[in-house]
Amino acid sequence: MKLAVVVQRYGADINGGAELHARYVAERLAQHAQVEVLTTCARDYVTWHDEYPAGIERVNGVPVRRFRVDHERDVKVFAHWSERVFGEPHSYLDELKWLDAEGPKSSSLLAYLSSAQADYDYVIFFSYRYYHAYHGVKAVPARAILVPTAERDNAIGLGISPRIFRGVRALMYNSPEEKRLIQAVSNNHNVPGVVVGIGSEIPERPKPERFRQKYGITSRFALYIGRIDQNKGCNELFSFFLNGLQALPRGLRLVLIGKEIVPVPDHPRIHHLGFLDDQDKFDALAAADLLLMPSYYESLSMVALEAWALGKPVLANGRCEVLRGQCIRSGAGLYYETQAEFIETLRAIAESRRLNATFGANGREFFQQHYAWPVIEQKYLDVLGQLKDEDDSAARSNSAARAIEPEPGWLAKRRKALRPASEVLTELPSGPVLN
Amino acid sequence: MADFNIRTDAVDVEQIMRQIRARIQAKRGVDYTEEQIQELANVKLERFLDPKGVRSDLVEQFKRARDRKPDPFQPQQWVTDANDLYGSSKAPVRLLRKLLSPILKMLLNANRLVQVLHQQSEINTLYEKQFHQLREKNQQRDEVDTLYYELVHNLVLELTRVGIENRNLKMRLESLSSRMDFDERRARALETVVQYRPGSGPSREAPAPRPRQDDRPYQPPPQQSVAAAPSPAAPQSQSQPGTGDANATEPQAGESNTARRRRRRRRGRRGGRGRMQGDNVAPAGSSTDAPPLMGSATPPQGDPTGNAALDEGPDTDFDGPEAGDFGNDSGEDDGPDSAQ
Repeated sequence: MKLAVVVQRYGADINGGAELHARYVAERLAQHAQVEVLTTCARDYVTWHDEYPAGIERVNGVPVRRFRVDHERDVKVFAHWSERVFGEPHSYLDELKWLDAEGPKSSSLLAYLSSAQADYDYVIFFSYRYYHAYHGVKAVPARAILVPTAERDNAIGLGISPRIFRGVRALMYNSPEEKRLIQAVSNNHNVPGVVVGIGSEIPERPKPERFRQKYGITSRFALYIGRIDQNKGCNELFSFFLNGLQALPRGLRLVLIGKEIVPVPDHPRIHHLGFLDDQDKFDALAAADLLLMPSYYESLSMVALEAWALGKPVLANGRCEVLRGQCIRSGAGLYYETQAEFIETLRAIAESRRLNATFGANGREFFQQHYAWPVIEQKYLDVLGQLKDEDDSAARSNSAARAIEPEPGWLAKRRKALRPASEVLTELPSGPVLN
Repeated sequence: MADFNIRTDAVDVEQIMRQIRARIQAKRGVDYTEEQIQELANVKLERFLDPKGVRSDLVEQFKRARDRKPDPFQPQQWVTDANDLYGSSKAPVRLLRKLLSPILKMLLNANRLVQVLHQQSEINTLYEKQFHQLREKNQQRDEVDTLYYELVHNLVLELTRVGIENRNLKMRLESLSSRMDFDERRARALETVVQYRPGSGPSREAPAPRPRQDDRPYQPPPQQSVAAAPSPAAPQSQSQPGTGDANATEPQAGESNTARRRRRRRRGRRGGRGRMQGDNVAPAGSSTDAPPLMGSATPPQGDPTGNAALDEGPDTDFDGPEAGDFGNDSGEDDGPDSAQ
């Protein structure tokens, strides 16, 4: 079986959520099938500037075919179309222009995909909201498998989104909340879908003492790993932590790992270590009392899964339905929504050894049961096998190949008949999925 | 690899969250939202930050408002007689009417008309007087209402402040009382130890417990083996928490059965019912100096969830600083944490 993985960026040094997800999946599936990655030359997800050379290279043993992007993102144009489609009644054409402005637009990638589609049995697309996914699925609907990595943001309310969710052969969801969201917006219950998520390379024996010696952190600490950004809830985290210092467990510090987008408060109990390699990251996780996840929007938190794999409890933002659902389903973490809840939940996890140990044990079990690599790989292989059987039976009965819904006509495409995406979003179900 | 054998379904996260929220609500008394609390805090802050809003002449203002004399009533006088009926501002008209007045008086009774007009004038005067009085009263009421509003507003603010202070004092009292209980228990334990101590001397007198060393079990000096005895250069108070306790509770070579029994009794008294987090405080008197938690959402001590699911029992203790001791933390860490 030959598979193509199509993703907006790809590289060993790219640590974005969906991109890392794609790399892990490609490298794991390469053990079971012939895998090739199709991507752009871009490294920066804001500008899509071509940085990698076009052509074929190998990344961790997986062949990667790179294509140039047609144009870099113009932030002003993108903001203009975002305001239009998210906040005003608009047309189908407006959404296509928004998609074009968002990028990364690579005509050569799409042309290659159309011409070489027969070389691949299935094409796995990552991140539904980008240009390559929508137009790529349009080009090869009969072979398209989508890993949507959808979050509760405005893009899910666009008119083009349900078409792509209904047009693919199968969907690999990250969480039950994501599945419910997509099924609610697109009514794609007839499309096979399975909640898979992603595994992680967990070291056998992380060394917490090594981390403490290296960075001189001898006291207990709560850890945050990720981009230090307002969108990730870091400002609220700083506010809650500093306002609750008197009531927080004594000596408990806040350690941050990741790129600093918003300024980190200068306080003796807050330590920002910058971007660390995987070894230091896992050592830090092993040394921490708990992991903090203040993000409002996540389709799946890999770092939370890594914390659970190492037996560390997670304290998540309760407004993120995915994290909240994961905490409840795993029985391995708590969540907060207010300052008082932040203090109390942090105290409960940090002070109660028994609760901390129970959460840790539950987290390990949850990870092993749902997110260990053999489990993930088997889910992918099952879906691929199911599609192969369907194709074989369709070939025997000469059934028509699957196609995506046709686009509206010239006039209909220009009619401002679509509601603002933000308005659609408010009508979608929310909250954690518990069953 | 797992150190614990706890089933996944043993923890209900939602149940814990419900308990945590109930606890937060119980502490607040009323389940305010964060925005409401912020609003209240801002009002309180503004109240104290703006001394111009505080009036010291409120009573005088009241008196002035009540004693204020209404303006005198001066109704417009209407005098009507028969001449007015035939009068005019224009001389020719006035002359003509005067000449013809006998004829007019013969044709109609002007006196009756004048009488009715006069009565109407009196009625108007009465109404005007009443209206004037009502207006005066309303003006007074408005002024008093403004003062009442200010008074009630100040009372509510003061009451809120007193309520918060009362709550803080209650929390402090609870903290002190739990610490006092612990001190009493410790004193009783020390008395027992001292009574059974072999030999005489200062130990038979009233016990004067020293901080920290009291937590160690009693070890009769004559019966300690050389290997188990601590070095004089390494006082036991410097032993690491956790490891120090473990070493201290290990049976020492050469100990008598009586000493072990005494130690078991003491352990039973201490650990058998689960300690509160505030119990394991650092040296007596040190953390009690901490100021109360003003405006904090959590009490200074106690189990954060206070329920069976989170009930710690003896293993609630940290190896490092005391869990229940949330004294005035200025943000600086109090030195390296021994838990590591």
